[in-house]
Order: sequence, then C-alpha cells, then structure tokens
Amino acid sequence: MNAMWATLRRDLLVVMRRKSEVLTALFFFVIVCSLFPLGIGPEPGLLRKIAPGVLWVCALLATMLGLQRMFAADHADGTLEQMAISPTALVWLVVGKIGAHWLVSGLPLVLMAPVLGLQFDLDAEALGVLMLALLLGTPVLSLIGAIGAALTLGVRGGGVLLSLLVLPLYIPVLIFGAGAVESHIAGLGAGGHLSLLAALLVLAVFFAPWAATAALRIALE
Amino acid sequence: MNWHSASEFFAMGGYALYVWGSFGACALAFLAEPLLIRQRHKQIVRTLRRQTAAEKLEMEHP
Amino acid sequence: MTKQQKKWFKFASPQAFYPLAGKLIPIFWVLTAMFGAVGLWLSFFVAPTDATQGEGYRIIFVHVPTSWMSMFIYLVMAGWAAVGLSFNARLSSMMAQSLAPTGALMAFLSLWTGAFWGKPMWGTWWVWDARLTSELILFFLYLGFMSLQASIDDPRRADKAGAILALVGVVNVPIIYFSVTWWNTLHQGASVSLTKSPSMAMTMLWGMLLMAMCLWMYSIAVGLTRVRAIILEREAHTEWVKQLQEVKA
Repeated sequence: MNAMWATLRRDLLVVMRRKSEVLTALFFFVIVCSLFPLGIGPEPGLLRKIAPGVLWVCALLATMLGLQRMFAADHADGTLEQMAISPTALVWLVVGKIGAHWLVSGLPLVLMAPVLGLQFDLDAEALGVLMLALLLGTPVLSLIGAIGAALTLGVRGGGVLLSLLVLPLYIPVLIFGAGAVESHIAGLGAGGHLSLLAALLVLAVFFAPWAATAALRIALE
Repeated sequence: MNWHSASEFFAMGGYALYVWGSFGACALAFLAEPLLIRQRHKQIVRTLRRQTAAEKLEMEHP
Repeated sequence: MTKQQKKWFKFASPQAFYPLAGKLIPIFWVLTAMFGAVGLWLSFFVAPTDATQGEGYRIIFVHVPTSWMSMFIYLVMAGWAAVGLSFNARLSSMMAQSLAPTGALMAFLSLWTGAFWGKPMWGTWWVWDARLTSELILFFLYLGFMSLQASIDDPRRADKAGAILALVGVVNVPIIYFSVTWWNTLHQGASVSLTKSPSMAMTMLWGMLLMAMCLWMYSIAVGLTRVRAIILEREAHTEWVKQLQEVKA
C-alpha cells in the first residue's frame, strides 16, 4: 500500500518538473471543445443539446493524449523493470501510476468542465451533474487506458494504436456520462446514469489494475 | 413455390438491389477469403522452398 | 491422465495438428455446402413472402447468421487466446490469430447487410439501432485485436498481448451492448428494431439456423486453413516443416 502512495507521489513529482505536458492536454481539451460551436454555429439551443456529448468526447480524447506517459518514460530508462522485480507486488505500483495519471489528466478536466460548459450555455445544475459524471467517469478512463498503455508499450505506432484499442472500451463511459447530463436537462434525473457510472468505476477499480499488470509483465518479458 | 418465373426470382419483388446486394457481398467475401488464404499459403511455401534450396546449396558448397 | 486423454494432447503441437487440420478441412467444406444448399433453398423457395416487408426481408437469412457468427467467433477467439495465455500453448494462440480476420469479416458483412436491409425498410443506409451499433463496436474490437498483433514483432508477445485485449473485450462486450441498448431506448427516434419481426414463421427460423450452421462450418474450414498457413510461417525454422512434402517437392 505504501508503495502505491510512493509511486503516486513520485509520478506527480516527475510530472511537476514538466508541467507543460499536463497543460497541453488541458489546452487541447479547451481548444477542441471550442471548435464545435465554431463548426456548428452559435445557436444556444443547439449548443445546449450537443454540449454533454461534445464535452465528454473531448474529455475522452484529452485523457488519451496522456496515456502513453503512464509507462513509456519509466520503460525507456529501465525503471519499470526495476519496479517489476521489486519485492512489492507490481499491481500496487500500477495503481499508484494510474492514480497519478488521473490526478494529472482527469481531475483538471473535471475542474475545467464548468468553464467550458458555460460556452455551451449549460445552466448551473447541469454543470454540477457534468462535474459529478466526469468525476466518476475520468478514473474509469485512466483505469481502462492503463491496460491499453501497457499493451502497446514500446510498440511502433503506439499512440494511434492505443487510441484504436481503447476508444471502443470507452464507449459505455461516454454513453452513461453524457447521458447523465442529457437526462438531467430533460428533467428525468441523472441518478440512473450516475449509478451506472459508479458501477463501471467499481468494476474498473477491481479488474483493470490486474489486467494492466498482466499486460505490463508481457511487455517486459 | 414463391416464384413463377426466373425473372420474378431475380426481381425479388422490387428489392433486387438490396437482396442481391446483400447475398452478393456475402458470396464475394466467402469466395475471396479462402482464395486469399490459399495465396498466403502458397507464398510461405515458396519462401520455404527457396530457403531449403539455399541451405542445401550452402551445405554442398560451403 | 488416461491414455485416451494423452492421445488428444499430442495434437496440441503444431507439428501434429498441421496434417490433422489438412484432413479435416474438406469435411467442413462439404458440411458448409450441405447446410448452405438447404439453407438457401429454405430462404428463397420455402419461406413465404412477408406481409409488410415483401421480399426484402430475405436479407435476414444472411444478416442474422453473420451477426451471430461475429459474436460467436469473438468468444471462441478469446477462448483460444486465453488457453494460449494460461497454458503457454503456441497453437492455441495461433488459432485465435487465425479466427480474427474471419470474425471481422462476419462483423463487416453484418453491418453491410444491415445497411442494405435498412435502406429499403427505413429509408437510410445507417440506423443507430442498438444491435447495429454494438456490431460496429465489435468490428472495432476485432480491428484493434488484429492491429495490436500486427504491430508487435515478437510473436509470443503478440499472442499474449492479444489474449489480454481479447479477454478485456469479452468482458466489455456485454457492458457495451447494455450501454448501447440503454442509449438507444433513450434516444428513441424511429421506434423500430431492425431485427424484430412481428411473428417469426417456423420456416424463417429454420432458414436462419441452417444458414448460421453453414457459416459456422465455413468459419471452421477457413479457420483451419488459415492456421495451417500461420503454422508454416511461425514454425519455418523447424525441422519438420523443412521435411514437409510440399516444401521438399
């Protein structure tokens, strides 16, 4: 367990030394979200309709940008192998890395979303639902993304391949996450969707670290 | 019997494009796939023959 | 382990399986032809014209079987991949590798026939029907599996990585199907489902089943044929391959 926190702290420290990486993903999120009104037109009714879907898709894409970072740097300089042969179970180190990834890639999206939601003329309550949905969903994205990152470690064409592998698996999160905001706006309440998101989170927390660890071991062989 | 003539059969009650477009695509696919595999098999055998021939030559004239 | 069981285990080696597969393939082609002949006869000459959809509904006799096969092959593929991963069995992983393209093809044909069915019936080439959308995602999962294996140079690493991906996919397919169904019912535009018929005449059901059997036999035939090519490719350095009749000739 201590190893998990230690890994998390270490990864955060490493990221802090290269803040630009974090900020670029965030800027990507902002810019891509802004592209949609520019492409579709400023009509508030239409924007309000597409907002949940657009914001979620942008969150997915922004998360994916940072996925490679999870293992690639440590793999390149041999740290990952040291982690694998250390006495601590590798799975805790992986969980620490996933946690660090979420803190750096997912949480900023959660905090940024209300600002962007205003661009789409979402009201305060809808923004609240959006934040909660992102809060539940972005960890799932990091967890599933870790599996993809481990599978494509050191593989040529890794980044694009990673997207191809991971995006289909992200679809349920997208559906329930955007659906939560949409059904709130429609007056049906977001409870159902949010519960399903929470269920996905629990499933992911229990299974993804093991799958990612297994994939890492295969990559390190 | 559903069809009273061959032309009726091919016309498929007006849905010819869709029915034959579907069955046709499947037929095409199920013909193409085995052929492509046969090509793949032939290619690997060709490569293997070349390899064994080269090895044989090397052994005879080291 | 009994002698009987031991006898079967020897076929777990590529060397023993290669000739066995070679002998089995013609049998499955014959079965394919038989089921196909009866299935097609039922589809076109026995099944009656539909009241609402006319002759166009006959697409169901390829659409449903290809859908079923795309899902079934994915399960079998994941199963073999899992066996290859747990028992470190090369041949099982080769079998998974062999099934993937056929499964992807079935998924593609399911989408194609679905579109060709949707156009005359509902007016558009694509409908975001829950089943079709799930089929599309399944197609992506197949593509991902094949791309991952193609990108990794070391064959054993490719086998194992593919196995993890296939297993993650298997767990996700029900989740994806559930989420897409949920999504579809909430966004009910046209409240019609492509694959729901008012009442399924027995002949229609039999037609679909026989065509599905035909495609199943086909998939096995093609899977065995492809795995033979894969065995030759991956075992090229071994003595037994060099001694094969077709290589020496």
